[in-house]
Order: sequence, then structure tokens, then C-alpha cells
Amino acid sequence: MSRHLLSIDDLSRDDIERILRRAGSFAEVSGREIKKVPTLRGRTVINLFYEASTRTSSSFELAAKRLSADLVSVKAQGSSVDKGESLKDTVQTLSAYDPAAIVIRSPQVGAAALVARWSPACVINAGDGKREHPTQALLDLYALRRRAGALEGLKIWIVGDVLHSRVARSGILAFSRMGCEVTVCGPPTLIPRGIETLGCRVRHTLDELGGADVVYALRMQHERMEGTYVPSLREYAARYQIDGRRLGPNQLLMHPGPVNRGVELSAEVIDSPQALITEQVESGVVVRMAVLYELLAGGRAGPQAGASGPVGAATEAQPA
Amino acid sequence: MRPAPRNGGGPAGTGPRAGGRAPLDHAGGPPATLLLRGARAFDPRAGIDETADLLVRDGRVAELGHSLGAPEGAEVVEAEGLHAVPAFVDPHVHLRTPGREDEEDIDSGTRAAAAGGFCAILAQPNTHPVVDAAPVLQSLRERARAEARVPTGFLAAITVGQRGEQLTEMAELADAGAAGFTDDGLPVRSAGVMRQALQYQRLAARTLALHEEDPSLSGSGVMHEGDMSALLGLAGIPSASESAMVARDCALAAYEDGRIHVQHVSARESIEVIERAKAVGVRVTCEATPHHLLLSEEAVRMLDTNAKMNPPLRAEADRQALIEGLRAGTVDCVATDHAPHAREEKEQPFEAAPMGVTGLETAFAALHTGLVLPGLLELGTLIERMTAGGEPFGVPAPTLAGGSPANVCLVDLEADWHVGEAGYESRSANCAFDGRRLTGRVRMTIAAGAVAYRERSFALGAV
Repeated sequence: MSRHLLSIDDLSRDDIERILRRAGSFAEVSGREIKKVPTLRGRTVINLFYEASTRTSSSFELAAKRLSADLVSVKAQGSSVDKGESLKDTVQTLSAYDPAAIVIRSPQVGAAALVARWSPACVINAGDGKREHPTQALLDLYALRRRAGALEGLKIWIVGDVLHSRVARSGILAFSRMGCEVTVCGPPTLIPRGIETLGCRVRHTLDELGGADVVYALRMQHERMEGTYVPSLREYAARYQIDGRRLGPNQLLMHPGPVNRGVELSAEVIDSPQALITEQVESGVVVRMAVLYELLAGGRAGPQAGASGPVGAATEAQPA
Repeated sequence: MRPAPRNGGGPAGTGPRAGGRAPLDHAGGPPATLLLRGARAFDPRAGIDETADLLVRDGRVAELGHSLGAPEGAEVVEAEGLHAVPAFVDPHVHLRTPGREDEEDIDSGTRAAAAGGFCAILAQPNTHPVVDAAPVLQSLRERARAEARVPTGFLAAITVGQRGEQLTEMAELADAGAAGFTDDGLPVRSAGVMRQALQYQRLAARTLALHEEDPSLSGSGVMHEGDMSALLGLAGIPSASESAMVARDCALAAYEDGRIHVQHVSARESIEVIERAKAVGVRVTCEATPHHLLLSEEAVRMLDTNAKMNPPLRAEADRQALIEGLRAGTVDCVATDHAPHAREEKEQPFEAAPMGVTGLETAFAALHTGLVLPGLLELGTLIERMTAGGEPFGVPAPTLAGGSPANVCLVDLEADWHVGEAGYESRSANCAFDGRRLTGRVRMTIAAGAVAYRERSFALGAV
């Protein structure tokens, strides 16, 4: 495994399996009263966020704290970035504190790779522009496997604004690497030309949605709801909203959040037992713990993790 | 000011209507007298291809023969194993002057040109301020007469401030010595303004060079729209953004009987449009850059900002169409679109970095390595296309024919080198071929009769 996590492409199927197993063993820790393990004691993790984020930044913070790391969170607003400091200078400044890992979220494609070039720290991509969001894809795999039992052969439909979605790009790569069959679906204006090369089929209507095992709805960004990408919110919802009528009784429903109720999803499906949305959020912390562990301690401590590892042998996640 | 290269001459009807020859300016050195001994003299256009001694006397090609004696005071260059070819002409260079002299100035830019074997270049007007009024142009020409190592022409803007609204004083600018007109960097968005420019061209008598792009199709794109942009999540610039505008302007040029030159073609569809337009007699020429001829969207995979330019590197099929166009002559000439950028600007995430790459110092070597050596293009064709860049603007192609002003490039086709290993003559280092190993090295350039460049390690002995 590479010493950075920049893209799902950096991970082999074995790497992904190991991270998911590790996340399973951390889930056990999270069930205890004291949720902390000493693995990263004395090491520093820097969260560098150039974009607003609730789920990703807070779950990375919790993950680092539960591994006993020292955590520094830097947000673009109110920092030297606001004063016009370049990414390179910011990264070199923060690197002077000798962090073990830098977690970066940026509106720019490839920002994480640049940080990896400019800093000796391990770098975790927490979203780079519209390109990738690999830890989201890993937590999606984790949550889905807990529910569905196995990933191999699952038919997954990713529905909505694929064009602007890093979640979709990482998801397509991750699901197909684990043996799922991925279809993306949305209005032609929101499906990027050439997306098939990532390993998915393209559909522009939900006519064949019945064949899916899992429906993964994407967030429709407010600023893109009206105007040139789709003629109107009304028409978008009429054609692409996942509601109780469209979601079959045996289909699972996923969404990366935050949800626009009544746009990409109707209230009834969000609250239905088929939805994994809350489990996805829960999985965020343990999967990010597993990623930090694999990058920062995995190679040194070995799979059994010794005294500083989590708890004994990693246990295979069981279907709920 | 020394006279512009004479002689050669392109096919009839390719120059502007009034046949105006673009004035070129440079500081120039003393007229050279030197004997290139034992070089392979190769000028496909003039039908010259023999290993012989080439005598340059007082800045002119005096004689090509065997066992020539060196005149009194002549420098003798032992050129065995080297090729002496007509030096190249680049119709598309950004000298960044005035305004961004930190990136390039007339001295450094023309030094880079000479190091690449160019004996004449045309500078683009998208500077700060824009070259849209005669005084700006005149001051640039003055500086070129003081600083330029090779003859340099200056294009002026088509519209004031390149805003695409109001025509510049094209007639006065032409009188002041504009080599042509272009809003390069930006398209002339409005078809109506474009039509008026073509009408007014009858007074200005200079070719309109066009950056073809529909901004409403390019949007916020930063690379070619295709498989790679889908993979990288980057906003794409579709090929139709270029080809649709090429089609529009070919139609307008046909209607107004104007003379246009399409800059840096990148898409297969644009080549097809130009081919059809030429076939029905539209007065259109076009250029292609070494980076579009040699690289594709694949080069963007690692988000190297030296693979970011406008128009973007396109798909492999587009690249193949450009090569075929160059071979067949649909693509009339090679242009580098040499676009220097400061290091801190290119050291940014891909989307934030500016578009453009340098190319003067690598153009010949890169095309020789990438097209000639693998057998995709004849060396003779490459030399014809690299010397033809001035013709759309009335600058004749250099030649080795006797009596012509000496515009000679001495190249070693076997020399291997790594781009950038010894730095650049240009002030900027954002070269599309940085770090690559190329075969073919310019040893010496004679421009308008004077030695403009010699490689530092290239030993010369005077008699």
C-alpha cells in the first residue's frame, strides 16, 4: 500500500479488504465505554480544510483523537490562507511541525497529490475538487458490506449529479474494484463525457432501476438545481427522485449526505429501513481510524498491531 | 534595423490582399562571413541536398560548393556530421513585454528563439497594456531594434483591449508596422465584430490570426473534454469549442474574401473544416504546435501544470489528425505558442495554474524526436513546415539559395540531450518537454546574416 491515500486507485482489493477488516475491529472499540486506543500517542495529525465540511472533518477529528494522536485543525477561513498564502507555503509551514499525517480537503483537483509532493507527512485526500473522495468510498463499502454481507456481484446504481461529484468518481472505482457492477444515471447534462472509462455503464432514465441491488443517490447541489444543467427542480425531481414508488422492497438506499429532502430523495425512503444513510455516517469514524492506522502504524506494527494496536486480531465485519 | 529575410516566397495568394510584407526589427550583429565546412546542406524547398561547404559572405549565402577556400577573416566552422538547414520562423510567440518582463522580455525571448534555430518570430499582442494602439507598437519596435537577437515582428490586437467590441485603428497600426492582427488568448466572440474586422482588413491589408474558441462551450474548462477529464474530475473544453468557431470564421472569410490564419489548431474536426475550406478557395492557413503534435490528454494524468495550455492537449485521434495534416499540408506551418509563466504561478493546483507552455528552445528537437525519427514525417517536410510560419504574414520562408540573406540553422541530428538540464535561455522554465530526452540539437543559428546563437560547448575556429 502506498504511504498516501490520494485516490481509490492507490488501493488494491487486498488493501481495501484490510482497511475494512481493521475498521471492523475499531467498531468494537467504539462500542466500549472508553473509546480510545493509544496507537498514535505522541504523533500529530493535521486537518487542513479549504472547504466547508461537517461530516468529513469531524469524523477525521474523532478518528485521530480515538487513536490518541495530537490533532491540529486548520480551516482556510481565518488562517494565513485568507491572507493569500499559497498552498505550497502553507503546507511547508505546517510540515515544520513534523506531522505524521496531513488530511486535506480542497476545491482543487490534485491538491492532495501536491501536498504529498511538498511534505514528508503521509497525506490523506479528504476530497480534491470534483476528482475524488476516497475515504467516503471506503466508508460506503464498509457500511454496505455490514448490511449486505458481501459486495461481490452487487448491482449498484449511482443516481444524480455525477458531473460535479467526487463521491461518484471514487465510488465507481471502489465499488467496481470490489466486484460490484456500477451504473450511473442522471440527466445527460450532469453525466460527464467519457465516464464509462472508469468502469461503469451510463443510463439517462430510471427505467431499469428495478435491476439494482443498491441505489446510491447523490446530493443535488443547490446552485445547480435550476438553470442550465436542469430546466427546473420540478422536472429533475419528477424524473430522478428516488421515492417509495421507485425504490423496490429489496433494494438498499445510500446517500453521502447532506440530503435535500424532496429533491433527490423523498422523505419516506430516507426514513425507511432500507436506507443506510445513518450507518454511512457512523462508519465514517471507524473507517477513518482504520485509514490512519494503516498509513501510520500498519507497516510498523504489523497486522496483529502488538500492544499498541487496537484489540487483538482484526475481526471480520459481520452482516448486521 | 536590418532587412527582413527575403526570398523564397510562398504560394501565390497566401499573403494579405495588398501584399504588405510584415516589417521585422532586431538589433542584429555584424554581417557574418563564415564557412560551414562539410555540412549536409539541406533545403527541400530550394531542392538543395548535398554535403558541401557553405560560404556566407557579408551576411548572404554566397556559395555552396566543394573544397571552398575561406575568405580573409572568415570564421571556419567544422560542420562535418551536421545539417545546415534554413533557419525556422515562428509566427506565434509571447514575449510578455510590456508588462510581464519577469516572465520574458525581448532579449530573453529572442535568445530562446535563436537557441531553437529560429531566425524570425512574430510576437502576440496580449500584453499589459495590449498592443492596440500605434504608440505601444512603436515603442515595442524600438526596443526590438535595441534588444532583439533575431528579427521580430509584432502583431496588434483586432479589438481594443482584446475586449471583442470595438476594432482597433487597424489601418494606422498597419502603417506603424503591425505584422498582422490577432486577439490571441481570446476569441473574437461576436460574429458581427469578426465580420467587420474582415471587411476592414481591405484597408489594413494584414492577415487576421485567430484564436478559435467559443467561450460558452469552453466554460470553466481546464483540459480537453474526454476520457481523461472524466477520470480526473476536471471541467473539459470540448473539441467543438474550437471547430465550431473555425467553421464560423471560414464562412465569414469566404463571404468577405478575407485572409485568415487559424492559430494553434488542436482538434481533428478543425482540420477537417480547414481542409474543406481550402478546397473551395477560402484564403485560410493554419498552424500547429509541437505540444499538440506530440502530446495528448494522457500527459495531463499526473496533473503536471506544464501540460496545461489553451487549446488543451486533446485525444490521440486528434494528435494523429494533426500529424496527417502537417504531412499533407493542411497544416501550413509549425508555431510554438511559446508562453512563459512565472514559477509560482505554475506551482499551483492544476485548475489554478495559468495556461501556456514554453517551446522555442525545444520545437525542432521535439518534433525531430517524436515525428521524424519514428518515421511519421520526412525531415524535409518538417523543415518546410518550420520555415513557413511567416508566409501567412508576408514574411518569406528562409532559404539556402545563393544570394539570399543568410538564415541558417546548424543542427546535429544525433545529439541527445535532456530538456532543461542546462537551464533555459528563456526566463521561464514551464516547458512542455521539460526533463524529456530529445535527439537533435541546434548548434548555431544565423539570423538575417548575423550569428544569433552558438551553443556554448560548440567549438569554433577562426582561420
